[in-house]
Amino acid sequence: MARVLVGVKRVIDYAVKVRVKPDKTGVVTQGVKHSMNPFDEIAVEEAVKLKEKKLAGEVIAVSVGPAQSQEVIRTALAMGADRGVHVEIPAAEYELLQPIHVSKILAKLALEEKADLVILGKQAIDDDANQTAQMTAAALDWPQGTFCNKIEKTDAGLTITREIDGGLETIKTKTPAVLSADLRLNTPRYATLPNIMKAKKKPLKKVTAKDLGVDTSPRIEIVSVEDPPVRQAGAAVADVDALVAKLKAGGHA
Amino acid sequence: MANIFRGSLMCKHVFPYPDVLTTEQKEFTNSLINPFERFFLGVNDAVRNDDNSKIDENTLTALWELGAFGIQVPVDYGGLGLNNTQYGRLCQIVGANDLGLGITIGAHQSIGFKGILLYGTPEQKAKYLPMVSSGKVYAAFALTEPSSGSDAGSIRCRAVKNNNYYILNGSKIWISNGGIADIMTVFAQTEQVDKKTGQKKDKVTAFIVERSFGGVSHGPPEKKMGIKASNTAEVYFEDVKIPIENVLGKEGDGFKVAMNILNNGRFGMGATLSGTMKRCIDIATAHANNRAQFGQKLKNYGSIKEKLAQMSILHYATESMAFTISQIMDSGSQDYHLEAAISKIYASESAWYVCDEAIQILGGMGFMKEAGVERILRDLRIFRIFEGTNDILRLFVALTGIQYAGSHLTDLQRAFKNPSANLGLIFKEASRRAASSIGLGGVDLNSHVVAELKPYAKNTAVCINVFGQTVEELLLKYKKNIVNEQFVLNCLANAAIDIYAMVVTQSRSSRAFSLQLTTAEHELNLTKALTIQASERALRNLRNATSKNSEALTKKMSSIAQTVCENNGVVCTGVLDLN
Repeated sequence: MARVLVGVKRVIDYAVKVRVKPDKTGVVTQGVKHSMNPFDEIAVEEAVKLKEKKLAGEVIAVSVGPAQSQEVIRTALAMGADRGVHVEIPAAEYELLQPIHVSKILAKLALEEKADLVILGKQAIDDDANQTAQMTAAALDWPQGTFCNKIEKTDAGLTITREIDGGLETIKTKTPAVLSADLRLNTPRYATLPNIMKAKKKPLKKVTAKDLGVDTSPRIEIVSVEDPPVRQAGAAVADVDALVAKLKAGGHA
Repeated sequence: MANIFRGSLMCKHVFPYPDVLTTEQKEFTNSLINPFERFFLGVNDAVRNDDNSKIDENTLTALWELGAFGIQVPVDYGGLGLNNTQYGRLCQIVGANDLGLGITIGAHQSIGFKGILLYGTPEQKAKYLPMVSSGKVYAAFALTEPSSGSDAGSIRCRAVKNNNYYILNGSKIWISNGGIADIMTVFAQTEQVDKKTGQKKDKVTAFIVERSFGGVSHGPPEKKMGIKASNTAEVYFEDVKIPIENVLGKEGDGFKVAMNILNNGRFGMGATLSGTMKRCIDIATAHANNRAQFGQKLKNYGSIKEKLAQMSILHYATESMAFTISQIMDSGSQDYHLEAAISKIYASESAWYVCDEAIQILGGMGFMKEAGVERILRDLRIFRIFEGTNDILRLFVALTGIQYAGSHLTDLQRAFKNPSANLGLIFKEASRRAASSIGLGGVDLNSHVVAELKPYAKNTAVCINVFGQTVEELLLKYKKNIVNEQFVLNCLANAAIDIYAMVVTQSRSSRAFSLQLTTAEHELNLTKALTIQASERALRNLRNATSKNSEALTKKMSSIAQTVCENNGVVCTGVLDLN
């Protein structure tokens, strides 16, 4: 039975109002509520569902990041993953870690763990990169199915319904493959408290990027992180003609 | 806390602010928060529960799976094994989302089977705890009867011993989960023989009663003002055959068992209601930030600022009390009953105030169901009544302290043993508590708080000193009759509550400052504002306890009440009545 590798990223919780650090090098993370990237939750749910349908034998949750990343691995374990791998990146280095690094790490792990399927969230809600799944597939030279809306097992491999602009696209792919989960793939379960207790006993392996032979030296430099511009005050116009005139003057016509 | 009645304060329970959880326990607790909140956001629907006056099966099943029914049951018995502080953190989430559902799970574990956790034999624990923590068996606590509310010692349910069984007869009212529970902690009179005198006397005994014993039935769900989601029903016992091994605690010790279960569960109410208050403040703040009238956002108006600040102060103090007490309990102290009573009074009254003000800020919108606060107000009302009414708890607070302060007065001791007022068991309970308190002389809070709170701590110390003097003065004046002076006792209780609010917030904000929390300045502000209000109010209450003016007022009030009662209501002649 198939072995599924799922990526889980620890991000600032979606409900938190993000604030830029005074020195503009990034956003404030200290004392801020974090949780699992919502798209990764969908990926975990799909993997666990595959296991429940006996289409997968083992689900491995991987997180690449600082020590606190273990929290989201534990969440994945409580949701039903069998074991975890934490690729520890020192906090300072993590700030400049990019999808290119993560995809290389995931590709290495997929081979090492003999995974048949890698399921990732389509993007993380912090950097919105939407690159990791695609680059992981490239690094492995495996087929990819991105923005999955539905994943079905067929004799030859998988039939995947993808969310595309204006509709859905159905493709067939062989395994091993890399998939990325879109919003409507499923509704992820929440971990129950007894399962969180049990998850404490599930194995969690810690490795470093160096162990995997992946170079994580930074490829970018953060010049400045800025708040989005504050919305300018609007103005009331007397009638439609005045509105049209204003729009024309603003170059909108 | 009891020793403030002697004008001193036992500092070790309050300063420094307790911190009992290990980092690992904190991390684990935090990992439970998200799924718990997800249940309330995704599965539970408080409005539907309120409309239907019940929680549907799917939600209950999800709640069992979530593990919410056995939070404090040891892991070996199928529970989550959390301590009081961790339980309190989860209670906050419940309180913020659905108080009705909170009563369903609270009546189950905070009182329903708590007796088994506290007093159960290993056999009783092994038999019942797995059922009630993960076996989908509901529990209930059955003490109140038609003729026995606050006066819990006067219950009439009776169990008669017959070889290896007790035969139970009687009925209970207003039992939370009464219609759905299969396991109940039931209190009934039993005949006990005094070992010394050989005299037979009725004493209360606690029993674990299974519905399956036969003879247990219940009435229809009561129609209530709030907490509608929870089942409340009468429960009837007709020749229920209880095996003798189902006695909970010692025979004849039932009253103590009942009081300890209630005392032990009380802290949870403070935590729960701090969550409710937070929700109310969030709703009110969102409105104040967005709603504009007269060309200004509401948040810019002084009246609204005053309300939001007051709400925040009350929330801070309630939460500070709840987690002081939970942590005192977790550190193994048995001496928290006075504090728990104070926090129950403070939390239930503060939450009522906060919710009421939230509605006021929302104006007409707050009155509409859609805003979601009117349900909270209805749900909150019961908290000032159940699990010991605030009125009885105020007497308990005052009497515990007086008993402690006046323990050198033999007259008073006698009065406590044979009270002329019909509050016998409360006195007894109060005196038992007081005896276990240990005094510390002199109050100097200065060494315990951060520099900028020192002037405030000094004001609190003044209150504590005046408190001690006032109690002494009252004891000299009323001697043993102090126990009947409820007007005066209430003044004392109110001062004690304010003093406790001051010390716990001073302790907590000092901690915030020492840890350099980003919120430290705000917390110090909350503490300072609270101390200004509470110290003034405490001194006024203490003055009222002894002043001639208040004595005259009390006489007037007593006389008014007497006239009203004699006439079965309002007495004055109507302005338009023909005379």
